[in-house]
Amino acid sequence: MSLADTARNAGKVIRALGVAGAMTFGTLTMGASSLAAAPAAPVAQAAAPTTADSAAPAPAAPAPAAASADAAAPAAPAADAGSYTPMAPTPGKGMPVDKGWTFQDQYSPVGEQGLWMHDVILMPIIVAISIFVLVLLLVVMARFNKRANPVASKTSHNTLIEVVWTLIPVLILVVIAVPSIRLLAQQYEPAPKGALTVKVTGYQWYWGYTYPDNGGFEVISNMLPDEEAVKRGEPGQLAVDNRMVVPAGEPIRIQTIGSDVIHAFAVPSLWFKLDAVPGRINEKMLFIKEPGVYYGQCSELCGARHGYMPIAIEALPRDKFEAWVKTQPGGTVGGAEQAAAAPAAPAA
Amino acid sequence: MASIPANEGFDAHDHAHDHDHDHKPGFFARWFMSTNHKDIGTLYLIFAIFAGIVGGAVSGMMRAELAQPGIQYLGYFAQILGTANPSFDQQLHLWNVLITAHGLIMVFFMVMPAIIGGFGNWFVPIMIGAPDMAFPRMNNVSFWLTFVGFLSLMISAFMPGGTGQGAGTGWTVYAPLSTSGSVGPAVDFAIFSLHLSGAGSILGAINFITTIFNMRAPGMTLHKMPLFVWSVLVTAFLLLLALPVLAAAITMLLTDRNFGTTFFDPAGGGDPVLYQHLFWFFGHPEVYIMILPGFGIISQIISTFSKKPVFGYLGMAYAMVAIGVVGFIVWAHHMYTTGLDVNTKMYFTAATMVIAVPTGIKIFSWIATMWGGSLEFKSPMVWAIGFIFLFTVGGVTGVVLANGGVDDNLHDTYYVVAHFHYVLSLGAVTSLFAGFYYWFPKMSGRMHSEFLSHLQFWIFFVGVNLIFFPMHFLGVQGMPRRYPDYAVAYTYWNEIASFGYVIMAASIGVFFINILYAFLAGKKAEANYWGEGATTLEWTLSSPPPFHQFETLPVIDDKAHAH
Repeated sequence: MSLADTARNAGKVIRALGVAGAMTFGTLTMGASSLAAAPAAPVAQAAAPTTADSAAPAPAAPAPAAASADAAAPAAPAADAGSYTPMAPTPGKGMPVDKGWTFQDQYSPVGEQGLWMHDVILMPIIVAISIFVLVLLLVVMARFNKRANPVASKTSHNTLIEVVWTLIPVLILVVIAVPSIRLLAQQYEPAPKGALTVKVTGYQWYWGYTYPDNGGFEVISNMLPDEEAVKRGEPGQLAVDNRMVVPAGEPIRIQTIGSDVIHAFAVPSLWFKLDAVPGRINEKMLFIKEPGVYYGQCSELCGARHGYMPIAIEALPRDKFEAWVKTQPGGTVGGAEQAAAAPAAPAA
Repeated sequence: MASIPANEGFDAHDHAHDHDHDHKPGFFARWFMSTNHKDIGTLYLIFAIFAGIVGGAVSGMMRAELAQPGIQYLGYFAQILGTANPSFDQQLHLWNVLITAHGLIMVFFMVMPAIIGGFGNWFVPIMIGAPDMAFPRMNNVSFWLTFVGFLSLMISAFMPGGTGQGAGTGWTVYAPLSTSGSVGPAVDFAIFSLHLSGAGSILGAINFITTIFNMRAPGMTLHKMPLFVWSVLVTAFLLLLALPVLAAAITMLLTDRNFGTTFFDPAGGGDPVLYQHLFWFFGHPEVYIMILPGFGIISQIISTFSKKPVFGYLGMAYAMVAIGVVGFIVWAHHMYTTGLDVNTKMYFTAATMVIAVPTGIKIFSWIATMWGGSLEFKSPMVWAIGFIFLFTVGGVTGVVLANGGVDDNLHDTYYVVAHFHYVLSLGAVTSLFAGFYYWFPKMSGRMHSEFLSHLQFWIFFVGVNLIFFPMHFLGVQGMPRRYPDYAVAYTYWNEIASFGYVIMAASIGVFFINILYAFLAGKKAEANYWGEGATTLEWTLSSPPPFHQFETLPVIDDKAHAH
């Protein structure tokens, strides 16, 4: 904790430096205008989805949902039976798109930060460097070929230029390193104390999702055959029979473990990847900004059906999530109920 | 780089002993009990070309399967390899066997034997003015250990390996998939194959270090050695320090598998992640082992065809030393998603990016060597310039992956596959072809066709870029590595990649036609067929060089030296 705090504080201190550095580099490579606007981008991105949130998923009618979430506490007994209909995925959201050549759209704060790091810091720099080297090669080939320059010079030293081409890369790397270290600190942010915990277990070759805060039931998730997936309007190779259902808009504590060999729990549109290693529990916070279905795949070679154990996360408003929990065997909601249900849990 | 004084003494002496040069041993003694560094180098090159065909054929099988979503060919391939009526799981297991074999063959039996065993053996002794390697018989042992290691890997493909035939663990052989996850002797044979070729490489490294430190001709100080020799020296140290760690790690795998130990089994207090630390402590230096000699080759070629000494020689030599040293302290960037502590990730992110500095020095120094030169675009030069650009592209994506926070998304996706094929398949292999066309006439005595060499370059360049550039797109879109099948959305770029493979394969066809042409109709090569720019010692010898060279050591002239 204290280390993380230190890292975060360090991040705050150097943030200003990072912005300044990025702008300096911007003037060097592609002119001030494009990059000067860049540091403002994450703010804009962070702000935008909140408005998009209420506007985008029109069929889900978010405004009434939010209202009913407020009302859910007193009305809880009425919802006891629970209800759940698998959400239809939105085409192109939380899944790869045909001929796609950029990152999938991101639906978590960590994803937005990571995407900013890649798109605003890294991509301009690496494209500029590649083009710079290419141009140098073309210039050299044009100016110093045998016909253009029949007699070669014998120059083999120039201390100044050697120092320059050592120091400028160092500066570029510092410009990258500052936001990169900050990004790592942001990703390390642990889930708060009361956050929902979902324990993800990798098996050969399927996933198990256990909800220790909700009665400890485990959802076993297998891949759907392609024909079945298509019938349900889901992407083949990615659809599963039972999804991992979680609430949207709140931090979730994901714990991963492998039951036999190492697997990796990965969801590209949430910028989330964590190995599921036998004998150790890895933990990381997941925050999904809006309801939706988000697909992922096992990302550590785990044997024959490594390519056939996809991940599907369905993020729901809190009340619908709780309604789903109640459809699960032994599923309970709320602290008191959980305590009451605890003795019964081992039977489940 | 180094030049011979005008004194004729050593030449004359050479001629006086001509009868010795013709006194070659008989066929069996010469090729199976060889102690001659050039013959052993030739053996290594032939072996590497053969292994390259096998590894390339395996990648052809993979690209065929990946051309379309769904499983099309794996069952057919499994039948060819001896599994009658393969089940679906056995077909998928074959996929894992293919990716494992492709990785192991290309790393341990193609790139390393060709670039260190082949070109290193051939030209390190000649470039430092030595008659042979320090331990000629150990040199022979190195080669045959590598050869038997390859046999062991081939045998493993036909052994039971759990779900199906062969070792399906990936070239990284991660526990517990490689221990409790794969029953049957296939994985043991694959591990043993690494032991054998690793032992061969350690012996070779000892040989190179001893040779370079003790057998340089008079006047050939360390700071006058050609950069190729420097690159092999640094590589030999990396091998010597890294391979024993791999040997220890895979020996622990063997005892975990067969003798009840639990080094990597949590049930007995072991840790699967420990294996990854040990493997990558070897594995990261290993990637520099594959590319550093390529750097050396490129330096020789750029200098030769610019007709200029290498720019910033000392910076170039010590950049390689720096890459070698830093290469040992960045291994955990292969493990960002294993649950590393945040401070550990920060350290490895920063340390990894540091490597970009010496690498940048090398790129800029090559360009500065060309700057002001009088460039001749002979085939090795074209390959070398291609190398600089392709390696730059592979290098900058390495900077992206170095960021632990970005790697959280890209780890184990096709972006990683694209990155390491740009630096290895398009980097190391391009430098191999550059070196081959540079030295082939020297080794064989026959000139290859410049036209065919250029043709091969352009076909190869188009092909490999078509294969690997779209993989960046697949990676950012989230397609995981080591998948035989994929969501329909990934079809477009996979089709293009598979199409690129066909083009690349055609370029390899041109390569073999070129070799055939050289032996059937190639002109006899002169001693120095590249002309005034070629200044290292191999160009003072005939093509091919006499069976034993430098019986009287050459003396390196101080004044003729530019540094």
